[in-house]
Amino acid sequence: MIGFRTLFYKEVLRFWKVATQTLTAPIVTAMLYLLIFGHVLEGRMEVYPGVSYTAFLVPGLVMMSVLQNAFANSSSSLIQSKITGNLVFVLLAPLSHWEMFSAYVLAGMLRGLAVGLGVFVITAWFAHLSFVAPLWIIAFALLGSAILATMGLIAGIWAEKFDQLAAFQNFLIMPATFLAGVFYSIHSLPPFWLAVSHANPFFYMIDGFRYGFFGQSDIAPGISFAIVASFFVVLAGIAVSLLKRGYKLRH
Amino acid sequence: MAAIQIDQVMKRYGTLQALGGVTFSIEEGEFFGLLGPNGAGKTTLISILAGLNRADSGSVKIMGHDVVKDYRKARSLLGVVPQELVFDPFFTVRETLRMQSGYFGLAKNDAWIDEVMHHLDLTNKADANTRSLSGGMKRRVLVAQALVHKPPVIVLDEPTAGVDVELRQTLWKFIARLNREGHTVVLTTHYLEEAQALCNRIAMLRGGKVVALDTTDALINRISGSQLEVRLSGAAMPASLAPLLSHPLEPGSNRAVFRIAEYTDVEPILAALRQSGAVIEDMQLHQADLEDVFIEIMEGNK
Repeated sequence: MIGFRTLFYKEVLRFWKVATQTLTAPIVTAMLYLLIFGHVLEGRMEVYPGVSYTAFLVPGLVMMSVLQNAFANSSSSLIQSKITGNLVFVLLAPLSHWEMFSAYVLAGMLRGLAVGLGVFVITAWFAHLSFVAPLWIIAFALLGSAILATMGLIAGIWAEKFDQLAAFQNFLIMPATFLAGVFYSIHSLPPFWLAVSHANPFFYMIDGFRYGFFGQSDIAPGISFAIVASFFVVLAGIAVSLLKRGYKLRH
Repeated sequence: MAAIQIDQVMKRYGTLQALGGVTFSIEEGEFFGLLGPNGAGKTTLISILAGLNRADSGSVKIMGHDVVKDYRKARSLLGVVPQELVFDPFFTVRETLRMQSGYFGLAKNDAWIDEVMHHLDLTNKADANTRSLSGGMKRRVLVAQALVHKPPVIVLDEPTAGVDVELRQTLWKFIARLNREGHTVVLTTHYLEEAQALCNRIAMLRGGKVVALDTTDALINRISGSQLEVRLSGAAMPASLAPLLSHPLEPGSNRAVFRIAEYTDVEPILAALRQSGAVIEDMQLHQADLEDVFIEIMEGNK
């Protein structure tokens, strides 16, 4: 337990010491999205009746920030430790694979949620938000950040070089988040792309999260939750088994 | 019970056989040297002990605990100083040591951390970021990290490579003290005089196999006697002395090296040289040491 706590603390301290880059920068980025897209599209688009476009956008941006930063934390911590070699300090210690998994994932979640909260606090000034079902908000934020932190852990274990990790991020994580309905309702898409969006697990995270605010969503939140939860269980299983086997960590 | 028991360990990287069935054990309280040229498999073997690498077959036990099946216990009994000079640039020396303690399940370890820092002359760098330290200081931090949990078995993989004399002395004084207090120490080094001075027993590896395993004294005694080296001018060396040469005279060279079993062997050689009219310009007497044994064993196993 002390081992887990220490690794978790170290992971949190790591991003806290460079908070400008890990917390402030993504909050500023999300604000820019809101200002630009909100300015251009406000009044021209109504996704849900009675919900302004800016208000529609806020939960999407918050969730996108949660997801991207949860992923960034675990993946960049691991790849940096691997490349600089200091992962050896963790590998030499009697930490179980469950301890390693929980520490990296919880630290990633904390960073994702901290950025998400920051984005929310700032962007909420720009829109009238309602909070129809706060428990769904919390549930999807927790699960979404856990999923992306776990994906970051897997990507960090798998990648041997920074550009491999960048490829994972640019060709998988970024498209999946942008195409998950952050900026639009997928029902505005042609049928083919609507079907593709349904295969994107990120869509259910954002859709369910948004339901918590407006009580309206493309998919019933219970179904989204079941899909997202199963996705997490599968990913967590993969991550723990990679750690247990020492895949690309213990040769 | 052996501190480290290595049994038939094999490891292959692609076509390279890094370890080809290594078996030996190290008893509790030993100061053990693991020697061999680069690429002999020393670091691979240490990585397998530490759980950083996994053996293809065979087993390793630390104080009776298998490093794979019972890895938590095995790792908690082992402190390893890695060969690479690694550090975490986010943290200070004290933070680094506190965290390493935590990984080993120790929440309040400041008294021991202070003691380790004191013995390694790190105290005035405690709050410095590890990134700002010199190479020698980084090496000290690595040693301190390996010792935070007072491991009964300490493994040092070339701890003195590229390190100044002062640190070497500080380090060996501290490690020797830990050894006297009962810690088992395993050392790899390319400084053979260090190994000779510190280790009570030595294994030599070559090409992934153990080619010698004995006490340091017994290894040195394998080469009986010493060597007499002379530089001659005037007449050439008399042919009658040729059988006493430790290796044949190089053409055109005026340097001759004789193998002598005892000091009384010196005088007859000098007499023979005088008689032939050769003049001795320079003369040295070498005591056989671990380096001679090392070279002989390594060359004999080519």
